[in-house]
Amino acid sequence: MTQTRNLIDEKGIRTDGRTADELRKIKIEVGVVKNADGSAYIEFGNNKIIVAVYGPREVHPKHMALPDRCVLRCRYHMSPFSTDTRKNPAPSRREVEISKVIRESLEPALMLADYPRAAIDVFVEVLQADGGSRCAGITAASVALADAGINMRDIVTACAAGKVDERIVLDINDTEDKEGGADMPVAYLPHLNQITLLQLDGILSSEQFNECLDKALNGCKSIYEIQRLALMKKYFGSESEEIREEQ
Amino acid sequence: MQEIKRKYVIPGDKIIEGNFRPLMNVMRTGNSVVATRIGIAETGRDGIKVIPLSGVYIPRVNDIVIGKITDHSSLSWEVDINSCFSAHLPAQDIFGRDFSPARDDMNRQLATGDLITARIVAFDRTRDPMLTVQDKDLGKIPRGELLKISATRVPRLIGKRGSMIQTIEQATQTRIMIGQNGIIVVTGKRLDGTQLAIRAIKMVEEEAHMSNLTQRIKTLLNVSDSPQTDVQVNQLPENQKDSNLKVEGSESEMEIGQ
Repeated sequence: MTQTRNLIDEKGIRTDGRTADELRKIKIEVGVVKNADGSAYIEFGNNKIIVAVYGPREVHPKHMALPDRCVLRCRYHMSPFSTDTRKNPAPSRREVEISKVIRESLEPALMLADYPRAAIDVFVEVLQADGGSRCAGITAASVALADAGINMRDIVTACAAGKVDERIVLDINDTEDKEGGADMPVAYLPHLNQITLLQLDGILSSEQFNECLDKALNGCKSIYEIQRLALMKKYFGSESEEIREEQ
Repeated sequence: MQEIKRKYVIPGDKIIEGNFRPLMNVMRTGNSVVATRIGIAETGRDGIKVIPLSGVYIPRVNDIVIGKITDHSSLSWEVDINSCFSAHLPAQDIFGRDFSPARDDMNRQLATGDLITARIVAFDRTRDPMLTVQDKDLGKIPRGELLKISATRVPRLIGKRGSMIQTIEQATQTRIMIGQNGIIVVTGKRLDGTQLAIRAIKMVEEEAHMSNLTQRIKTLLNVSDSPQTDVQVNQLPENQKDSNLKVEGSESEMEIGQ
């Protein structure tokens, strides 16, 4: 991969002004789509994503229904205006794959056997993309699923880490993804301490891999606190702070 | 009185450690009990449960629900009960055991679009819910205003021993039927009373998690704080007050934030 400029300056500051261990600014809002059973809006740096969850509901077409558990269907979609050049709204190869990985990263957290013969639909709509949208999508989707009142073992939280200028950094943005050395999105269940998604695009040595994974998991833990606060704020309002202190 | 400890939880939160009995919306992980839904965790002597604050209606046996007839086969009606499972009402339940598909016209009793109050007699993982209307206060609903709220708000709308719903009924001179599935039918002689009742119900749904809700509902309805309200002209007879519909729901009542 050819690099045209330094992505990290001599002080260790990255292109968007962050240090190696710093996350982008994250804002999560719960319950933004009134028609959906559960929904969330996330701003993850410059990423802006809306997730709506419907269900458990009847399965259409009916032959898709499973007798012993619920069907989870995910659709990741980038709106035509989400990138600098127009994106064709038809589902691309990439979107189909990301839909699949989002579904597989959420499935272990959901107690699908509680809703036999039903379906849960998750719609992840990217309004503005800036690298790391699958992680932001998973993070928002699990908040929306909790908002929909679906039985879950844990909240899923996701974050990427990667290699830029031979250094391991947390939360890769679009420029670093395109020009950097490696990108590794990780989805994680913080209470159960389990990983539900691990992808790697690039080459890492085993030491680099371990460092990268540790960084990503630490990022996930910080993001979990933001998810938790967003849910608490929606359901328990200002009282949530006092209750947290009591716990 | 048993001691009940309450705690706000989201999925994955550890409620308590130790050998406690998991009751509702909780699971055991190792030696601890963990919440699986957003809600209020209650630790009582009989076990641990989470009262959920969101979610669609999942049928339970013996729930009283309000449903809409969507179709019928030769032997049963299909009823939409605001859930991911559509319910069935067997024709024999209405026509009796000598029902004959050739002789009896099912449309005469219940047509598509009719509303019914029914009880769930059977439901499990393998079959859709089965309904019955053979009970007191069950059957076809002739008239009224229909509205839907989240099924998780139903206990709040009923209130402690039916206090909230009685306040609304008395102040607006209406009769309110509540299904456990979140479907509500309001009937009243006067349009303004019905509309006020609907406004009050919507307010309960939106502000269910806030404290002193009863007070705010009373302000909306213009009811004084004394137990005897000033607008009680056309009260319902006592036997209707303790109808099945309300008793069913009040068992899981809660006063959030109090």
